[in-house]
Amino acid sequence: MWKNVPFFPEQASTLAGEVDALYFTFLGISVFFGLLVAGLVVFFAIRFRRRSEDEIGRPEKAGIWLEIIWSVIPLAILLAMFAWGAKVYVQAFRPPGNAIEYFVTAKQWMWKFQHPQGNREINNLHVPLGQPIRLTMTSEDVIHSFFVPAFRVKADVLPGRYTTVWFEASKVGTFHLFCAEYCGAEHSMMGGSIIVMEPADYEMWLAGRDSGPSVIASGEELFKLKACNTCHRSDSATLAPILHGVFGEEVEFEGGGTQIVDENYLRESIMNPTAKLVKGYKPLMPTYKGQMTEDEVLQLIGYIKSLASDAKEDHGAVSDSSSPDPVPDEG
Amino acid sequence: MSVTVTTPARRKNYLNADYGIKSWLLTQDHKRIAILYLVSITFFFVLGGVMAALIRVELATPLGDMVEPDTYNRLFTAHGVVMVFLFLIPSIPAVLGNFLIPLMIGAKDLAFPKLNLGSWYVYNLGAILMVAALLRGGTDTGWTFYTPYSSTFADSEVILTALGAFVVGFSSIMTGLNFIVTIHRMRAPGLTWFRLPLFVWAHYGTSLIQILGTPVVAIAILLVAAERLLHIGIFDPALGGDPVLFQHLFWFYSHPAVYIMILPSMGVISELITAFSRKRIFGYKFVAFSSLAIAVLGFLVWGHHLFVSSQSIYAGLIFSVLSMLVAVPSAVKVFNWTATLYQGSISWQTPMIYALGFIGLFVVGGLTGTMLATLGIDMHVHDTYFVVAHFHYIMVGGAIMGYLGGLHFWWPKITGRLYSVFWSKISAGLIFVGFNLTFFPQFLLGYMGMPRRYHSYPEEFQILNVLSSAGATILGLGYLLPLIYFTWSMRYGERASDNPWGAYGLEWETSSPPPTLNFDEPPVVTTEAYDYLAMRDKKTAA
Repeated sequence: MWKNVPFFPEQASTLAGEVDALYFTFLGISVFFGLLVAGLVVFFAIRFRRRSEDEIGRPEKAGIWLEIIWSVIPLAILLAMFAWGAKVYVQAFRPPGNAIEYFVTAKQWMWKFQHPQGNREINNLHVPLGQPIRLTMTSEDVIHSFFVPAFRVKADVLPGRYTTVWFEASKVGTFHLFCAEYCGAEHSMMGGSIIVMEPADYEMWLAGRDSGPSVIASGEELFKLKACNTCHRSDSATLAPILHGVFGEEVEFEGGGTQIVDENYLRESIMNPTAKLVKGYKPLMPTYKGQMTEDEVLQLIGYIKSLASDAKEDHGAVSDSSSPDPVPDEG
Repeated sequence: MSVTVTTPARRKNYLNADYGIKSWLLTQDHKRIAILYLVSITFFFVLGGVMAALIRVELATPLGDMVEPDTYNRLFTAHGVVMVFLFLIPSIPAVLGNFLIPLMIGAKDLAFPKLNLGSWYVYNLGAILMVAALLRGGTDTGWTFYTPYSSTFADSEVILTALGAFVVGFSSIMTGLNFIVTIHRMRAPGLTWFRLPLFVWAHYGTSLIQILGTPVVAIAILLVAAERLLHIGIFDPALGGDPVLFQHLFWFYSHPAVYIMILPSMGVISELITAFSRKRIFGYKFVAFSSLAIAVLGFLVWGHHLFVSSQSIYAGLIFSVLSMLVAVPSAVKVFNWTATLYQGSISWQTPMIYALGFIGLFVVGGLTGTMLATLGIDMHVHDTYFVVAHFHYIMVGGAIMGYLGGLHFWWPKITGRLYSVFWSKISAGLIFVGFNLTFFPQFLLGYMGMPRRYHSYPEEFQILNVLSSAGATILGLGYLLPLIYFTWSMRYGERASDNPWGAYGLEWETSSPPPTLNFDEPPVVTTEAYDYLAMRDKKTAA
């Protein structure tokens, strides 16, 4: 639709059209009010120009109804735009259930990606067309921001916690990836490309290189290597909670309070295990702070999440069937 | 040129009351302190402008081929820090506000003259710290000092610059405190609250923000210094801190700080529109209360800087809707100014050209501000040139147009001299055209996706960047002209009458320049604000 408009970014995600529709509507309203005010100012300034040196203006009584009109009309329009903008925003930050998870680790000044199949890339990310993709992101140093103008998505990438963003590419091609949050000397060079491919081409691309172990397999390996499995057993909850099925569930803490187990909670429990102790357990677990890279922590969490879906077989099926979009046939 | 020789002995005024450097540096006269501030902030405006020029030269080509990336980062940081803390925040309040508030309310001086002089010294102390930081290589954090980059990673003069901002903040608090007490306690007999010029109302709102907001940014700055020096974990997650906490603290002050920059300018515009329409402002009370509404609501919108910073979706929704609310009092002002022109007697003098230009640019800045407050748009244009363009429309198109318009309006009162009408109109035109050419392309760049604070950029952004740099050249020329003709006017300009514009207001009833104690006879106010009819009747009767 906007293909030949100069100075306008490509639309390459399902979200892009929605953001643009919102933008152009607001732009239209703004141009209308801008021209209205400018037109009146110029017209009055000419029509009522001073004709003689001692002339004064003709004072009028302030009209309360005018004040009400020009307060209420802008307010109503602004609230409508707020509601529309909120709808698009909520959509952009709530990944659909069938989104496939990729990991992103940012550092000064590069982007590291890991596909669920295990493939790693730096600064470039290959993704299949028409597949909702959810990025779980963290930073190894300062705040960065993941920004793909053609997708109209942006989310800050923070050290010490996970943020997520999702997109569904709607166009094959190569699109700019920028770091949008100032991050030091090479900030403007901290970019790359998102390469959108037909699903079949993407499968071929994946098959054409050694992917290494998948995220879950790496996580499982780490789970043994770091001796997590000595206490977190699948058959006994004596020393530590059973992790199967824990993801997405509510846990209760020693001393009160509850929380839904999400990526950030798992990360905190690995890095600072005593911060939120699950009810009924003693602070036995040592911290793993400084002993694992951010990539490894992500893999470990990926593995723990996979335990969740193992334990609840119906979980994946529910989100698949509830999704209106058919999942592209793999391979 | 020989005017000065033939002029008969002029009456005593605040300028010729005393001579010598000591009479200036130890003065407690609000008018002289205003001049001291004028000299200081003009210096820093030029300094910040030079930084901007270097930035625009670098961005004329996609490759970062003029300066190193690290140098570029120090340049835009210096530009932001100098322009915000050393120019924009003090500009109208400390110069025009200082000079005019006692005159406008019929007082001899501000409530605390020594505090007023002290604020100038505090300002300069802070400025010296910042200049020292610049001389030692500068800071590379951006004026926003985001953590943990500023607190742990940056290898530059963060502490010195932050300390400078901390100290300058106190001068801002002192000025605000002085204005509030003065406006409450020292109004002339008969000058009720609703007879006050709107310039005074705007400064009252500004002062509230200065007093309530500045301490918060001071605390945030101290915490950054504590983490940097003592490694106390506050913002850096590696030390157990929360990096987003800083953004909350910073914007809790720095968003209201935007209103510190724009509210006084709105006050100036209300004065200019009425003076050059010779008419009472339309909806006086609405314009007056909208200043207070902006000051209060301004404290509730800081979270709109954090829509993509991992803030919860619900927080995003609340801050978005509150940000929409703050647009309403701004719109009310614009509509009332426009309505004031209707049936006015409109004179196209230089200050009025600035005022009308302000309305146009402020409307663009304000409307794009509401776009940014819209969640679904912000997530695309956040941290891009769209934001850069928006806030320059407010701070340069708004605040500086108001400042220059005010300076041109009250210059005859301040100096007792007139300036070149021709050159001042040329300059106003150049600034308007140059400004739009500089910053309008940046809206397009932002929507295309060019992030801010980029030293080099992909080639498709070049055309718009070249346009912007070309515009900056015209804008720079537009700013240079007043520097020249104002300087010229101080010595050679034609003598100004007491009320060269035929404007309403107590400041125009005293001589130009005013005597040290402002009025020969303490004024008594019997008419409403901007009552040009009563003013004419009084003149006819006399």
